[in-house]
Amino acid sequence: MNTSTALLPPPVRDGLGMGVAVGLSGTAFGAAAVTAGLSVPQACVLSLFAFTGASQFALVGVVAGGGGLAAGAAGALLLGARNTLYGLRLADLLHWRGPRRLLVAHGVIDETAAGAFAQPTAAWARTSFVTVFASIYLVWNLTTLLGALATERIGDTDAFGLDAMSAAVFLALVGTRLRGNRREQAVAVLGAAIALAAVPVAPPGVPVLLASAAALLVPSGAAGAVEGGGPTGPGRGGEEPTDGEART
Amino acid sequence: MTLWLVIIGTCAGCYVLKLAGLSAPRRLLDHPLVRRFAMTVPVALLAALIAVQTASDGGRELVFDPARIGGVAAAAVALLLRAPFLVVLAVAAATAAGLRLLGL
Repeated sequence: MNTSTALLPPPVRDGLGMGVAVGLSGTAFGAAAVTAGLSVPQACVLSLFAFTGASQFALVGVVAGGGGLAAGAAGALLLGARNTLYGLRLADLLHWRGPRRLLVAHGVIDETAAGAFAQPTAAWARTSFVTVFASIYLVWNLTTLLGALATERIGDTDAFGLDAMSAAVFLALVGTRLRGNRREQAVAVLGAAIALAAVPVAPPGVPVLLASAAALLVPSGAAGAVEGGGPTGPGRGGEEPTDGEART
Repeated sequence: MTLWLVIIGTCAGCYVLKLAGLSAPRRLLDHPLVRRFAMTVPVALLAALIAVQTASDGGRELVFDPARIGGVAAAAVALLLRAPFLVVLAVAAATAAGLRLLGL
């Protein structure tokens, strides 16, 4: 951080830094959306109202193949389900009730949750949440528009390597989680294998959905290894790794 | 038209999922299966998206595109070197574009 921001309270300073840095990747979303065949308004509506990056990328990633729209939406919603878990924990921390909660809910995403959980006090958590939400929302939507408009003017997006960039987005999103986490590495490998195996036989979009089974098939930790991937496991809750806390 | 409906449905669904978390009873999070699935499923989905986007034509055809694979591999190296998000994306696009310029 430079000197001009040194006077701001830490949650505001850090929140602005994260918000602007993450928000800029709206450029990549705008580009990916138009490359996939969405119009500029469609890309912007997703950023304004879905406002959860991984889900947005997942939807346009599936649409890129043409068809499989329902599967694309289902994949986006499955990815969006983790925001529900963030919300469960944030509710205790933020204590926002009534109409304000309806507005706050829109901002429950990876970065706002990670920022709020990292604060030492509830007051700072609220400040962090609002700062990250506002800065990401503004920058993400602005850069979505710019990325979409710019890409619309490029004829052959493959010549600029934008197809490789779409895959790299997902790689970057998942990469930080995989570092040093054996179970999640196994889930990732199995998920990729299931998807590739399903590509020749399933409609576009469905292979990605099938891969979600990997999250249940890979046992969790030592206790899970004994119990296998079975759906029932009373008493396992205590040994569940708090991998969600470690997200950045 | 259908695409618009899917987009609007996705937007509504994503919002409801966020609001549900803030409104639901907190003990839901204590259920180990809910927790395990919801916290790990993004990893499986994202890995599947990487694989499908890298090695398929978007339809039912598996393809081997050296430039695209090279771009994704370069992005992986950038990630291992702890490059920032946008640098990783730039490396992927530049590598793929460069390889295509070379005729791959």
